[in-house]
Amino acid sequence: MAVSTADHKSPTKLAKPAVKLTAPERFILLKQLRKDTSALVGLVLLSVIVVMAVFANQIAPYDPIKTDLLLGLTGPSRDHWLGTDSLGRDMFSRIVHGARWSLGAAAIASLAIVVLGVSIGIIAGFFGGIIDSLLMRLVDVLLAFPSMILALAIVGMLGPSLKNVLIGMVAVWWVDYARIVRGITLRVAQNDYVEAAHCCGCHPTRTMIRHIFPNVIPTVAVLATLELGGLILAISGLSFLGLGAQPPTPEWGAMINDGRAFFLNAPQLMFYPGMAISIVVLACNLVGDGLRDALDPRMRSR
Amino acid sequence: MGSFILRRVMLLVPIWIGISLLAFLLTNLTPGDPARLALQRELGHQPDTAQVEEARERMGLNDPLPIQYLRWLGHAATGDLGTSYRNGQPVLEALTNRFPTTLKLAALGLAISVTIALPLGALAAVFRGRVVDHFSRIFALVGASMPSFWVAYLLILAFAVNLRLLPVAGSSTWKHIVLPAVTLGIAGSASLMRVVRSEMLENLGQDYVRTARAKGLANSYVISRHAFRNALIPVTTILGMRFAGMLGGTVIVETIFAWPGIGKLIIDAIFDRDYPIIQGFVIFMGTVTLLINLTVDIGYGLIDPRVRPAKS
Repeated sequence: MAVSTADHKSPTKLAKPAVKLTAPERFILLKQLRKDTSALVGLVLLSVIVVMAVFANQIAPYDPIKTDLLLGLTGPSRDHWLGTDSLGRDMFSRIVHGARWSLGAAAIASLAIVVLGVSIGIIAGFFGGIIDSLLMRLVDVLLAFPSMILALAIVGMLGPSLKNVLIGMVAVWWVDYARIVRGITLRVAQNDYVEAAHCCGCHPTRTMIRHIFPNVIPTVAVLATLELGGLILAISGLSFLGLGAQPPTPEWGAMINDGRAFFLNAPQLMFYPGMAISIVVLACNLVGDGLRDALDPRMRSR
Repeated sequence: MGSFILRRVMLLVPIWIGISLLAFLLTNLTPGDPARLALQRELGHQPDTAQVEEARERMGLNDPLPIQYLRWLGHAATGDLGTSYRNGQPVLEALTNRFPTTLKLAALGLAISVTIALPLGALAAVFRGRVVDHFSRIFALVGASMPSFWVAYLLILAFAVNLRLLPVAGSSTWKHIVLPAVTLGIAGSASLMRVVRSEMLENLGQDYVRTARAKGLANSYVISRHAFRNALIPVTTILGMRFAGMLGGTVIVETIFAWPGIGKLIIDAIFDRDYPIIQGFVIFMGTVTLLINLTVDIGYGLIDPRVRPAKS
């Protein structure tokens, strides 16, 4: 067992990935997911929040960054459902717009991580040799110590901003994907159809995209969903520390940071955004667990 | 056993070199010319081009990167990680002064998460599908979903503000460590518990458990002596990584509770643009993590002889 490279990032260890899916099996997957109540709950929650993020301008009754000092720190009322913060900004509007920032940031980071990790994994596994060795040594180094340390250092060197937080996250989180995708690629590349494609004069790039990439999609989709929650937590954590989204951005982590000063008089300023983060992460975890269970044949009989 | 340890140490050398390379390259991310910045701090005003060029030469910034790296590595190997921009303190001294405080917090946090995770995970597996199992699943889900910085404030609100049992910030008495350690412990216990549960389930389904039952051993004996002990082996490995992760993850908790550890140091350094401290932090924590992993690997070899390479 490779003891020193145990995964420390993903809270849930992804068991034997990549059950190869034929067309009818994809339906089994959907059926499985439909029977899984908690995954459905997660899916519904997540959909609601995504809708909230997309239509934030229509849903939010007020401008999330418009201050009104006469209205500072009021409790819930008919005009302001969740009250106002110290600068008189409407909390409900800020939470709604926060979905856009927090979820959007995590989505962008996740996409970049997946693209980077999958490309590196496929390239390493497909070409092998010196390219593989070099890339995998880099993976070893990055896995050798907690991702948060390096991410913090990168943000520290670049300077605090949401963009730099995303750069820091992408720079350290792609490794899991690269390692897993490389493993799948090594196995898939043994298949006759890959050799056939090669014999037909198929360009390596085309082989990688058309013949190998589809095989990694299920595993990567599950991993990305499972890690999305952790990513949201990490990004909002850095924003909370003041390293990410800067005021007056209504990012949830940054909002909790804003509320710190008024914590004793108005704990609700921290409570709502914290609740929002918890719900989103919970939804992601529920969906991720459901997807994993549906793809893991050992869970099917249970 | 000696050759096993030696082999493990040798495996770590290239990784350590990789970490040092990363730490070295990190400084290249900083905006602006380090020589110009250094001069600005010294002179207190904008230096002219000749001064900058002279400083670049003096600081060795005109040399090729590999030369710069080797020179830096040579200094680092002798414990010279530069000095803090803010107060001129040697970086290594700043880090080692703060490290024990963080170590204490992370160790207690880990202990708390183990205390919660081991019994709960094992019980959830033994009573699978029953109330304990459902409770453990909810606990794991909720625990893994709440941001630690939010949990920290909920705990402060409950125990420091309302009940007035514990102090909020600082580190003067033993009471100060309770809230930060519990915050860390809760965050760590959720995922750890799931691992314990699945390892327990895995082991309970094994043939040796059936054999033990078949020969008439009491159920509690089979569970505690056979299944549980075997389930603990992979859990130990994960604990090592968790501990390292916790050392890095104390940043948020230390900031909230004003705990004067290494996490607080690094956050202050980031806002002060104290780059030598940030760079030192990476190589220091990287080294600590490698040492923790090495200890776990060796301990693993001691517990489980199967891991050791066969004598040839």
